[in-house]
Amino acid sequence: MNENQVDTGRRRFLTVATSAVGGVAVAGVATPFLMSFFPSERAKAAGAPVEVDISKIEPGQKINVEWRGKPVWLLNRTPEQVKNLSKNDDRLVDPKSEVDQQPKYCQNETRSIKPNLLVAVGICTHLGCSPTFRPDLAPADLGPQWLGGFYCPCHGSKFDLAARVFQGVPAPKNLEIPPHKYLSDTRVLIGEDK
Amino acid sequence: MNNKGQTILDWIDERFPLTSTMKAHITEYYAPRNFNFWYFFGSLAMLVLVIQIVTGIFLTMNYKPDGTLNGAGLPVAFASVEYIMRDVAGGWIIRYMHSTGASMFFVVVYLHMFRGLIYGSYKQPRELIWVFGSLIFLCLMAEAFMGYLLPWGQMSFWGAQVIVNLFGSIPVIGPDLSVWIRGDFVVSDATLNRFFALHVIAVPLVLLALVVAHLVALHEVGSNNPDGVEIKKHKDPATGIPLDGIPFHPYYTVKDILGVAVFLVVFSAIVFFMPEMGGFFLEHPNFDPADPLKTPPHIAPVWYFTPFYAILRAIPSFLGTQVWGVLGMGAAVVLIALLPWLDKSPVKSIRYRGPKFKIMLTLFIISFIGLGTLGALPPTASRTLISQIFSVLYFAFFLGMPFYTKNDVGRTPVPERVTDTNGRRQLVFLVLVAVTVIGATLFAKLV
Repeated sequence: MNENQVDTGRRRFLTVATSAVGGVAVAGVATPFLMSFFPSERAKAAGAPVEVDISKIEPGQKINVEWRGKPVWLLNRTPEQVKNLSKNDDRLVDPKSEVDQQPKYCQNETRSIKPNLLVAVGICTHLGCSPTFRPDLAPADLGPQWLGGFYCPCHGSKFDLAARVFQGVPAPKNLEIPPHKYLSDTRVLIGEDK
Repeated sequence: MNNKGQTILDWIDERFPLTSTMKAHITEYYAPRNFNFWYFFGSLAMLVLVIQIVTGIFLTMNYKPDGTLNGAGLPVAFASVEYIMRDVAGGWIIRYMHSTGASMFFVVVYLHMFRGLIYGSYKQPRELIWVFGSLIFLCLMAEAFMGYLLPWGQMSFWGAQVIVNLFGSIPVIGPDLSVWIRGDFVVSDATLNRFFALHVIAVPLVLLALVVAHLVALHEVGSNNPDGVEIKKHKDPATGIPLDGIPFHPYYTVKDILGVAVFLVVFSAIVFFMPEMGGFFLEHPNFDPADPLKTPPHIAPVWYFTPFYAILRAIPSFLGTQVWGVLGMGAAVVLIALLPWLDKSPVKSIRYRGPKFKIMLTLFIISFIGLGTLGALPPTASRTLISQIFSVLYFAFFLGMPFYTKNDVGRTPVPERVTDTNGRRQLVFLVLVAVTVIGATLFAKLV
């Protein structure tokens, strides 16, 4: 080949090969930076289970505990509140809890192990606000059909007292029921069920 | 200039293009002679950028991005902001300048964008200026959002919680993506630290680079003007200078200084007399430290995000996901950047456009202001309905544009040269815009 002639094919091959190898290097170097954005080992370890004494929760009363930095509600529903749950069914998105938002043992009428005690993660499935507890019957702002439940102040999502979402609100799914188990009649462990 | 000065300047010019840069961008940058009121906001945006950078640097000297609790049970970040406000000499004024600057940045930038809209400044050959500008707008939104987390108040915390969860609604990768953004399963100390890093280093660097690109592109093609005619079409054959052009310095530097003076009067009045602006610039729940277990009764973003937030809220979830609202909000921002390709009008300026554009623009102003008002209020059934109507109008303005702008020209043909500004017409236009804005606000407030 003539010394003065440019071998464009060779040049193009070298350009593409150099760029490709350089690209791999860039991706490799970017990996630790991108990985550093994931939760650290310390943040992951902070998710330990929480033990709660439920003997002091009066019927109709709700307490909040913190688990993995999230609010978890423990609500002792009155017999009437439990009875009223089924009246909401035809206005709910997922009355039978078919979407995987609860452990198998809570996929029932009341979404709980014991019918009265609701354990739920108090974070709206829309955009993560914490809904407010509204046990009052038929208040002015929530309408005459309201039998008590939770109302999200951010975007107006509504949930019943089994933390099931109503139709026509921004939240798409029922609230999450965390894994939990009874250590005794008065003690619940949240975050672990085995 | 005396000989010694000239010698030094020559020495520099042989090594660095100082004089030629000054000429190209300032003393011999020829801008159209018919700039009006709307042309103040570009230089004002630069002024606010400088204010934000300077005050920001000084705030970082006392601020601590730390979400853990101190001895008194307060989050360290929240306490350090209180410390700046109460104990650092001059601290309160620096912080109020920074918080007021954030809101004024959006005031100025929205008006700057509106100017581009009415005079067709995004149209060929200025598409790239507009795209760079849209990216600047995006960076500003990121800056404002991440900066708002730093005081670690209730609104900081829950606002960030809501916005980060927006990403969680993206199918498949969403939940992991939002964990990746937060660095934790909820907004936490890790989130605060990374937002601080992004707010003070990463985004400002990108922002500055984009501002340079915005200006370089502008000075390459030359400024548009209220008549939307290209002044480079008619040059003085002897000098090559546009006949309707005047050098940026001294003519527009002097004009802009007047704008700066008026702006600073308003800015100072806010800093000294109403830095919270009745809860619009600094929201009241943000005076409570962040509490991950308790959402404030009413969550609303700061006023400059409310139009987009109202669009988010207006779109209900269906098919088992709420990603549609997020997509709608994203589209509302992206469509702005696409204006150069949506607008098919043969003329640039509103002065020579036909009635269809003017009607659509009026509806757009009403819907944008209406959405902004509704986005700040708690949702009710009727407000959601009105938000949905306004959202439709908002998108109709952009998506309908290729159709209604075609052949939509006014009775007056576009002149060859720029016209002399009619002060009375300007005033009538300003009053009309103001009346529309106030009317839309009142309407949205009353529903």
